[in-house]
Amino acid sequence: MTGGLAFLVAKYNYWVYIVLMMIGLYAIIAKNNLIKKIIGMSIFQTAVILYYISTGAKKGATIPIIAHGHGHEAVQAADYINPLPHVLMLTAIVVSVATLGVALALAIRIYEQHRTLEEDEILERLKE
Amino acid sequence: MISGQYPALLVIVPLLAACLIALAGWLKPVLCFPLAATGLLGAVWSAVGLLLRVAGEGPILYRLGGWPPPVGIAYAVDHLTVLVLVVVASVALVNLVASRATIEREQVHRRGPFYALYVLSVTGLLGIVVTGDAFNLYVLLEIAALSGYALIAMGSPRAPLASLNYLFMGTIGATFYLLGVGILYIQTGTLNMADLALRLAPLHGSPALLVAFLVIIVGLWLKMAFYPLHGWLPGAYTYAPSAASSLMAPLTTKVMIYVMIRLILSVFTPAYAFGVLKLEGLVVWLASAAIVAGAVMALAQRDLKKMLTYLIVAEVGYMVGGVWLGTKTGLTGAILHLINDAAMTLTLFLAAANLVFRTKSRRIEDLKGSFARMPWTMTGLAAAGLAVIGVPPFCGFFSKWYLLQAALEAGQYQFLAALLLSSLISAVLFFRLFEAALFEPAGGKPGHGRGRREEGMAEAPPSMVIPLLVAAASLVAMGLATRLIVQGFILPALSGGPGGLS
Repeated sequence: MTGGLAFLVAKYNYWVYIVLMMIGLYAIIAKNNLIKKIIGMSIFQTAVILYYISTGAKKGATIPIIAHGHGHEAVQAADYINPLPHVLMLTAIVVSVATLGVALALAIRIYEQHRTLEEDEILERLKE
Repeated sequence: MISGQYPALLVIVPLLAACLIALAGWLKPVLCFPLAATGLLGAVWSAVGLLLRVAGEGPILYRLGGWPPPVGIAYAVDHLTVLVLVVVASVALVNLVASRATIEREQVHRRGPFYALYVLSVTGLLGIVVTGDAFNLYVLLEIAALSGYALIAMGSPRAPLASLNYLFMGTIGATFYLLGVGILYIQTGTLNMADLALRLAPLHGSPALLVAFLVIIVGLWLKMAFYPLHGWLPGAYTYAPSAASSLMAPLTTKVMIYVMIRLILSVFTPAYAFGVLKLEGLVVWLASAAIVAGAVMALAQRDLKKMLTYLIVAEVGYMVGGVWLGTKTGLTGAILHLINDAAMTLTLFLAAANLVFRTKSRRIEDLKGSFARMPWTMTGLAAAGLAVIGVPPFCGFFSKWYLLQAALEAGQYQFLAALLLSSLISAVLFFRLFEAALFEPAGGKPGHGRGRREEGMAEAPPSMVIPLLVAAASLVAMGLATRLIVQGFILPALSGGPGGLS
């Protein structure tokens, strides 16, 4: 039991992301309102972004900027956070914002057509 | 020396063209089509140039900005890449020429954005194929997908909802892929595919690698509409504008299958994917189910385009099953079918676009008598139908032959049965179409609201018919060139690199 608990606590950041991902996935699949689905999609993407961010973190490390450096100092990688996942996530954030934008634009189009954003009501109208 | 820069030009030329088109859409909409055609012509030129170079010199590694991999992003061009590149670029160009008439009619005030998104989507697809970097692939995946969602939403009134559903599924798929790449990154500290393959080799027993593999593959299955994750595809491709569905139907799912093959060959290596994991049994069963389900659902459709979309679901099953047979013959069949299916689907959707252009209806019963009215369009449809059924000398026969042979060799008889059954069902499907189109008189019952038939009496304009016939002719040409494609490109791709198969 304590082994299991220690496992949970030691990797608690990953568990948070898994929970966030599942919340997002649940919202995309189960929610009826399109805006709620879009929010779920954002949560889902953000969970993965957070996951990447935390993989760059190190205990006792600082931001990867060498103060007053001229490029000749010996640099210990362990003293600095890994910047690569963070840079990657800048791109991923841009992608997720673009996705959100397209999704909201589509939602506006759907609302203009059907005057509602509830999926069951839209499907009802499409059957008529 | 410009030929040295082909891998970069391949992506940059259409990307710049897309930006210029967006600008021209505001200032001078007449320029949109010539710009799009020029951009795609540049892509075809670079792709063919690469094909010739790789055929002569072997695989090329292109360093973007001169940074050596694994630090810089590398474009890795091997025999498989060039094959798919040429197919993607030429399908996009042929479809652009063929779709001009429908775009000018359906998207009168949105020509600029439409052409820009079209070319941007092709840019993304070309980049996905050529890149040798796992994260770069994700970004290009989203470029192709986001422009695709917008293209689809410009279609019929039901299109925005179908597009939003596709967006949800596509985003889940791409995010799963990103998660998998993240897991690979924390294990290896690299994103370069060749470097990943080297560093993953000692980790083959690790559960984290298994999770990464599964997450990536499931994400790709979602994006390629592998049954039972195909839910988004029929709606999205049916309600999309003709020009968008005949671009995306042949290319998007095929490029996703290419990514799956690329990752299995160059990152995870077949030794891991097939030798260590032993998932073949399960996946081949799933693929067999996909083939049968796709074919049966296609049989149930009354809507021509929807029927074709379910055929895609079945075809995806062919290729995934072929890959997971895990043998050289199976992979050869899958890759050959990937190329052939892109040409077949293009021909089918171009023919459907011509029919919809004239009859303004997607219903199969409205095809009655269309052989007499639109002989060239129906010739194209017939050629594509025969290729899908698998009649020699059309290309569909040869790839199916490889797949059948591979299924026999691997002893996966359920896959064999599914292949034969779906060929039979496609025969029924297409002969039902041909029967209606050839023998039944046009017009149907009188006084049944057929007033719109009058303008359905003529053949589609030459700008639509000629590309269709080119596509149809390519089906025979590719069938006859099967030996050249397999020996010149597919087998060298399978035996080189870390993915060497005996």
